[in-house]
Amino acid sequence: MASPSKEMLLDWYRQMALIREFEETCHRLYEEKRITGVYLHLYSGHEASGVGSMAALRKSDHVITAYRDHGIALILGMDPKAVMAEMMGKKTGSSGGKGGSMHLASKDHNFWGGYAIVGGHLPLAAGIALEARYRGKDDVTMTYVGDGATNNGYFHESLNMSAIWDLPVVWIIENNGYGMGTEVERASGQIELHRKAEAYGIKSFGRVDAQNALEVYAVALKAVAYAREKGPAVIEHVTYRYRGHGVSDKQYDARDDMSAELKEWVEKREPIKILRDCIKSKYGDVGDILARHEADAERIVAESVAFAEASEMPSTYEDLMRNTYVASELVYKTERSVGAGID
Amino acid sequence: MAARNVAMREAIRRALREEMQRDEDVFVMGEEVAHWQGTHRVTRGFLEEFGERRVRDTPISEMAIGGAAVGAAMAGLRPVAEFMTINFAFLALDAIANHAAKVRYFFDGMFKVPLVYRAASGWGNQATASHSHAPEPIFAHFPGIYVGCPSNSLDAYGMLKTSIRDDNPVLFTESIALYPKPSPMPDDLDEDYLIPIGKGDIKREGADVTLVAYARGVDWALQAARLLARDGVEAEVVDLRWLRPLDMELVYKSFKKTNRCVIVEESLPMYSFGGEIAANLQERMFDYMDAPIKRVAAEDVPLPYSKDIELLALPDARKVVEAVKEIL
Ligand SMILES: Cc1ncc(C[n+]2csc(CCOP(=O)(O)OP(=O)(O)O)c2C)c(N)n1
Ligand SMILES: [Mg+2]
Repeated sequence: MASPSKEMLLDWYRQMALIREFEETCHRLYEEKRITGVYLHLYSGHEASGVGSMAALRKSDHVITAYRDHGIALILGMDPKAVMAEMMGKKTGSSGGKGGSMHLASKDHNFWGGYAIVGGHLPLAAGIALEARYRGKDDVTMTYVGDGATNNGYFHESLNMSAIWDLPVVWIIENNGYGMGTEVERASGQIELHRKAEAYGIKSFGRVDAQNALEVYAVALKAVAYAREKGPAVIEHVTYRYRGHGVSDKQYDARDDMSAELKEWVEKREPIKILRDCIKSKYGDVGDILARHEADAERIVAESVAFAEASEMPSTYEDLMRNTYVASELVYKTERSVGAGID
Repeated sequence: MAARNVAMREAIRRALREEMQRDEDVFVMGEEVAHWQGTHRVTRGFLEEFGERRVRDTPISEMAIGGAAVGAAMAGLRPVAEFMTINFAFLALDAIANHAAKVRYFFDGMFKVPLVYRAASGWGNQATASHSHAPEPIFAHFPGIYVGCPSNSLDAYGMLKTSIRDDNPVLFTESIALYPKPSPMPDDLDEDYLIPIGKGDIKREGADVTLVAYARGVDWALQAARLLARDGVEAEVVDLRWLRPLDMELVYKSFKKTNRCVIVEESLPMYSFGGEIAANLQERMFDYMDAPIKRVAAEDVPLPYSKDIELLALPDARKVVEAVKEIL
């Protein structure tokens, strides 16, 4: 098993520092009403889950996730400026301001997007993987899904389909203990969530401590190799959300048992600290490199905020209507057609 | 009679609570309704008062919420099943359209399905396309289920009570934008205050133009009526309250007086509430028609995140006023 090189570990640190800075900045901007709206689900606490697993991918592989998508976008290398501009609904945002926090995507990065209906992206993942199988390519579709979503019909239908068609999907269940305010134990009959996939004949790579990027990476390598060669694989990432379900759900943070629990995760299982300790124990004093990554993260995020705030909002009727449909010569349209969209 | 302003959320909560106190067979289920006290706080305190048997948190399993309500109702319970928002009721559309609305019919009256689906509806606040629907007309499309959409607290109270007590399935939508909005409820309100299913209401009288609306559309219509009054135009506001059955008699009565009509809705314009009302009007009121019937609805587009263009897509009082001025 290939263990990650020093360069890789340092780069993971860079990514995780960037995500944390980005997310905490989003949180602050929301409090200051510089990011508006009702939905903003942060990846703080989840960093090692995305960073460690996506390190096992190659460039031609695919990624798709739910609404907790900022971290995934940044790991894939999307421009933080375009991501921040999307948070603010600006024209320069990655989705032109139409999608917002929950709908980041980048065709250039094979990032098929974040989706807001729980479970809704899972059959899309199966379809994206089908294209690879269909055309004889061995690209893998890495699919992130929450614990709560495993109780939804979309999950079961999609997993079963991936199994019977041997689709190259790695299903990563990000088990952060809660779907909104409901504990896994109260929502799922089977609380070892990866075993739900096993029931469909999908190869399980078990449960992983997803606060530890190295462990995540080691398992992801195996699962990705399996999916590339054979068919669907599942991994259950045990992780924790630091900022509750989302900004509009402050009540979750307020619960006493939850804040005690959060404190314990932050103290004992903080993913960035775990990685830092690991790098230090392996390579001695790399403190100034890590400090540089932290400073870079601050600078990059500050620049992304400045860029986003200086950008224009979409404001015209054309901005509103554009891209409902593909402009097509096969559509018969006159001035009086109703419902054809505008080109 | 003394009255007090009550937020619509509180009126709904009170109606539901009283019905649960009255009838042991009434129970609620849905995502986050129990331990977390309801996403929209409608079931706040219910778990404590009624216990886990009658206040049931469900997994994120809309298909099963929709279908289990049908089974429980067929078996004799009176479920009030909550969809956290109506956007997620799409996942249960089959259970709603094919089973809630049809089992009675396809077994020729053998069963009844006394259930209520509650769902928070509407858009705004940059909720983005998949969370920005006011799709009441879609559900009202299907014979076999009734659809209620209150516009104020007292109506919500009386309409929900009727929906729970009636032996037919009812889809009951609650405009998110109206949850915090206070409106008067009499202090000595009778616990049996019931608004018959399908009965509309005149919310403002006027002789110059009829504004037909439901739920949040009534707010826009009333605001528009106030603006129009400054220019000496008196609008009558008809709140249909129920999309199925439709109280067309009330609309006809108003139209015979005003001979002009603008239909206001939060939903999309194609195959819509507005289309339905306009079609009925032209069929039955042709001789009374002095101007084309106008419709004000959302723009024909999925809803964007960005604030300014979202507002551009939303109907409002100003758009209603403009539509009225076009036909005066
Ligand atoms: C079909 C559907 N039902 C309900 C919701 C509301 N909702 C949004 S996120 C969420 C919880 C999902 O939890 P989980 O899958 O564990 O993901 P996490 O938020 O923990 O990352 C719920 C209930 C939704 N968006 N879609
Ligand atoms: Mg979760």
